[in-house]
Amino acid sequence: MNEAIPATRSIVVERVLAQPPGKVWRALTQDWLIADWLMQNDFVPEPGHRFTFRTAPMPHWNGVVEGEVLAVEPERLLTYRWDVPGEGGGLRTVVTWTLTAQGPGVLLRMEQAGFAAGQEANFRGAELGWQRFITALERVLEEKA
Amino acid sequence: MQPILSEALFRTLGDPTRRALFERLARDGEQSVHALTEQAGVSQPMVSRHLGALKAAGLVTDRRQGRETHYRARPEGLAPLVDWMALYGAFWNERFDALENLLGRMDQ
Repeated sequence: MNEAIPATRSIVVERVLAQPPGKVWRALTQDWLIADWLMQNDFVPEPGHRFTFRTAPMPHWNGVVEGEVLAVEPERLLTYRWDVPGEGGGLRTVVTWTLTAQGPGVLLRMEQAGFAAGQEANFRGAELGWQRFITALERVLEEKA
Repeated sequence: MQPILSEALFRTLGDPTRRALFERLARDGEQSVHALTEQAGVSQPMVSRHLGALKAAGLVTDRRQGRETHYRARPEGLAPLVDWMALYGAFWNERFDALENLLGRMDQ
């Protein structure tokens, strides 16, 4: 087989938190806490558990993220699918949280992997500012909704 | 599959007359070809051609009513053009702020 595996890209956000790992872990895994800082959800930190995150709908998105827990290592690692079905393929990513003790605190790292590579390279050379056009248009549509 | 669809969208929206038609429909709701032509600044056959391109790209839908065809925008058709990484980059930074805020309010 000689199939090219499409390259994907990731977003990484990292912060050192002056908080004990256990507290951070609870905020990441308990549904009423997740609802406070992330989105409404029916999350349970068990591998295989399917859940949804929900937020207010937008013109081109119903506000629903479909998830599935992939890995759980208490106070160390949490991985789940983050899928947004939709036109043009939507979004199929994996979010991984890692906690690393740093002195009295914890380094919290979030990586969201699986973004399609190269698509916007087609658009980057455009002189028309179409992205700004779409952003402005979306604002109009949101105001009307 | 995905890149081809997005290139069609890109080409479709690359034309300023088409962008204006799409924007007008998105802003003002469903309109007839006749009404769209009045403000388009080009002939009705040209308007129909542009609307056909927008329809092929999934950005508008149409319906016949008597002898008139009415067009409606499909904002969800923009979804493939969304810059997901830029969107989520901002999103996660905001969520981290909210998480830190929550942690500060939690007792333990």
